[in-house]
Amino acid sequence: MRLGLVIDLDVCVGCHACAIACKEWNASGTTGPLSDYQPYGAEPSGVWFNRIRHYEMDEYPNNKTVNFPMSCNHCEDAECVTVCPTGASYKRAEDGIVLVDQDKCMGCNYCSWACPYGARELDRSSGTMKKCTLCVDRIYDMELPVEERQPSCVLTCPAHARMFGDFDDPDSAVSRTVRERGGFGLMPELNYNPTNQYLPPRSKPVIPIEAHPRGGLKESIKQFANKLVRR
Amino acid sequence: MHPAFSVIFFTVASGAGFGLFSLLFIADVFKLGGGFEREQLIIGGLMAMALVVFGLLSSTFHLANPKNAWRAFSRFRTSWLSREGVFAVLFMPLALVYLASIWFDAPLWLRETSGFLTAVLAWITVFSTGMIYACLKTIRQWNTPLVPANYLALGYASGSLLLLLGAVVSGLDTTPYIAMSALILSIAAVLKAIYYFWISSPGLGPTINTATGLTRAKVKLLDTGHTHGTFLTQEFGFQIARQKAGLLKIVVFVLGFALPGLMLVWVFNQQGGQVAAIVAVITGIVGAAVERWLFFAEARHVVNLYHGAQRC
Repeated sequence: MRLGLVIDLDVCVGCHACAIACKEWNASGTTGPLSDYQPYGAEPSGVWFNRIRHYEMDEYPNNKTVNFPMSCNHCEDAECVTVCPTGASYKRAEDGIVLVDQDKCMGCNYCSWACPYGARELDRSSGTMKKCTLCVDRIYDMELPVEERQPSCVLTCPAHARMFGDFDDPDSAVSRTVRERGGFGLMPELNYNPTNQYLPPRSKPVIPIEAHPRGGLKESIKQFANKLVRR
Repeated sequence: MHPAFSVIFFTVASGAGFGLFSLLFIADVFKLGGGFEREQLIIGGLMAMALVVFGLLSSTFHLANPKNAWRAFSRFRTSWLSREGVFAVLFMPLALVYLASIWFDAPLWLRETSGFLTAVLAWITVFSTGMIYACLKTIRQWNTPLVPANYLALGYASGSLLLLLGAVVSGLDTTPYIAMSALILSIAAVLKAIYYFWISSPGLGPTINTATGLTRAKVKLLDTGHTHGTFLTQEFGFQIARQKAGLLKIVVFVLGFALPGLMLVWVFNQQGGQVAAIVAVITGIVGAAVERWLFFAEARHVVNLYHGAQRC
């Protein structure tokens, strides 16, 4: 199995609900808490597994805002695991999920240096590295109904911009969607082989933006009269 | 990259220590300048080991959870950081065997074999230190074979200046030590110059387009999605002004290579004696520390592409 996410950049509305749901679930999950520093102070900061950035592509009038959620890509060639000196970082053979053993991590930051996607964040309170677990404590929970055995971010997404599944199975929904929509991984030139795939924004006809022609004197009088008359 | 003081101190001190020990062995084998006395060799060797130990101890200060530091020896098959730790610790007993064989007048084969193995291990350890940085594909300025070469050259350069000071204090013929320092300083300066030239051109690394996969149009960041800094911006966001970096490069060459070189001339002409040798050591090590700071400050991690950089 090779579990991962598909994120539809065409559909994502950039509401940050996935990040909030992620924080909510994982703050009490296996690698919790996700410490916050000065949450109500002047410089609020803290540990998040999922961050949403906002980009603009192309230029006016063809410009488009692209909302860009990012979490761990659970790479096939996860250098973060290779460089870890303590063996705290590991990639599970059975499903490809990359995890950090909080009892072994010494907080040297080296894995975060090796990660091009910024998926790893040091928790300054516990002194250990934390990262997306793909909600490993949710997706295998037999107490939950089958349809809820998915990562929190996927369940919560109001736009259905996120999918979860097995990329090793060519007939899984994620594999099919990636094939049909031309999904891609980020920074392929670094050869990390990220598992998570992104679906590109669809091309849409440009909405005409010519200004409406100004009416003459007759049009102005009509508008003025319309304002006065109550229908 | 954020330049962490403990890591700068660690790499400069341990590099100088490993360099000093290797060159001390060479000086002992060839009896350079008449050769050090037994006690002088021991003192020199112990000083080199002290530099290594202080360096290693300081490196633990940048750990957020140092109680697990002992686990860092476990992944030497894959991690250069782990390898560095393992080799640095292996260095200690071998170095002690070498010093003991000097102290107890052990047979020459034992003295020279243990000394040679210690010198090789010192080389491997400094190489591993360089590879910690050079193996990262995420930082273009580090992902080059020039990095371990620079670490080795600067470690040996600092070590050779320390050894020269030892030769001056011990009243040996300083000519071979001056020649050795001059040669190593020149090699280190040339390698550093090539490195600065190499990283000055942008290269073909990741851009904001490959980072987002939106490769068909210009892409720019509108919002990072956080109100204040994150771990990522604190660790990787450090940026140095081009002008300041240029100025510091001059400082590196003046303090690290030119002034120690000038001091070698003074020592050779017997003008400054000990003072010139001490000045050479201090300027050389300060220059190496500035070089190390700049090595971190100039490194641009690709994660900056998600915080607004167009290329790294």
